[in-house]
Amino acid sequence: MVTVLTETSATDIEVASVRPNTNDELWLSATDTAAITGWEMKPEGFCKGDICVPTPAGNSDRFVQGDAINVSAFWDLMGKPAVRTADAGVWLLGEGAGSRNDAMISLQAPDFTLPDLDGKLHSLSDYRGKRVLLITWASW
Amino acid sequence: MFESVKDEDFMILSVAMDADVEAARPWIEAATPDYVTLIDQNHLLSSLYNMFNVPQAVWIDETGKIVRPVETGGSLDIARDFDQETRAQAKLTYINAAGDWAVNGSASKFLFDIDETKKRIPAMTDEIALAHAKFQLGQYLRRNGRADEAEAIFAESCELHPDSWNIYRETAERNERGLAAGDEFWEKVRSLGDKQYYITVDMEGMPQ
Repeated sequence: MVTVLTETSATDIEVASVRPNTNDELWLSATDTAAITGWEMKPEGFCKGDICVPTPAGNSDRFVQGDAINVSAFWDLMGKPAVRTADAGVWLLGEGAGSRNDAMISLQAPDFTLPDLDGKLHSLSDYRGKRVLLITWASW
Repeated sequence: MFESVKDEDFMILSVAMDADVEAARPWIEAATPDYVTLIDQNHLLSSLYNMFNVPQAVWIDETGKIVRPVETGGSLDIARDFDQETRAQAKLTYINAAGDWAVNGSASKFLFDIDETKKRIPAMTDEIALAHAKFQLGQYLRRNGRADEAEAIFAESCELHPDSWNIYRETAERNERGLAAGDEFWEKVRSLGDKQYYITVDMEGMPQ
């Protein structure tokens, strides 16, 4: 069992059984990978929406074995940070600088959903149609 | 300041970058804001918008486009010797500019053109992206009673993104008033040299 975190989710899940498996790699079933990350295996490669990353030729066993996907290897391949605890019990699949920079330079303000003090969720996109002055602060 | 602006045209969205909701609560309740205030426990906005300090502000138009990139609002650098009056003037200058945009929208003189806006967006590096990932993992561990592991990961995160006051102060020791503003903090601020803690906003009328 591992806990897989993304920037917006936390999921406890069984890792896929592959050999050899080490703490350095996060193997998940294709179904779990899609549910957690939105990325899925297609004939073109590892895909999300219109974006597909081809599985490297000649080395495909390192990335895909049967129904299992080496998510951490794909994350590395895509230049996204995949970090874990020493015991590999918790993984975080982060976003890479490349996709962040692409998003920012498009000038489309990245959408987010966060709670207010009462726990009610608000998304930036809820306020489309208004000018929004987005300000951060902190208690510390 | 913003009373003259119609609610359907403009809003303030205030986001507390606080892992501890209860630390943010008294500030929000004392301010009794008439704007929306959200809590960002994992500093998602730091990662999404490449933010590194508070306060930081960004202007987003009706279509969801950034029209003034991330910048310090009307705060002048804490390491520099401004008097209270000048600091107040800086705040007012910024608020007036935001108010001008709130009323006039795309006709506001405080907007940059698209190329200039893009130029003012700093690039995120791989190290910064990795720092955010580690910070978020650390936050999860801290929330789940694994403080020692979290500490170690936060230290790596700080090292990867030394410019981030958000990462440093969120994870540093707090004083009795809940502020991460002890000797070590001020030592770090002083050691910035020419780099500013708050980078003065490039805006007509802003004290330099």
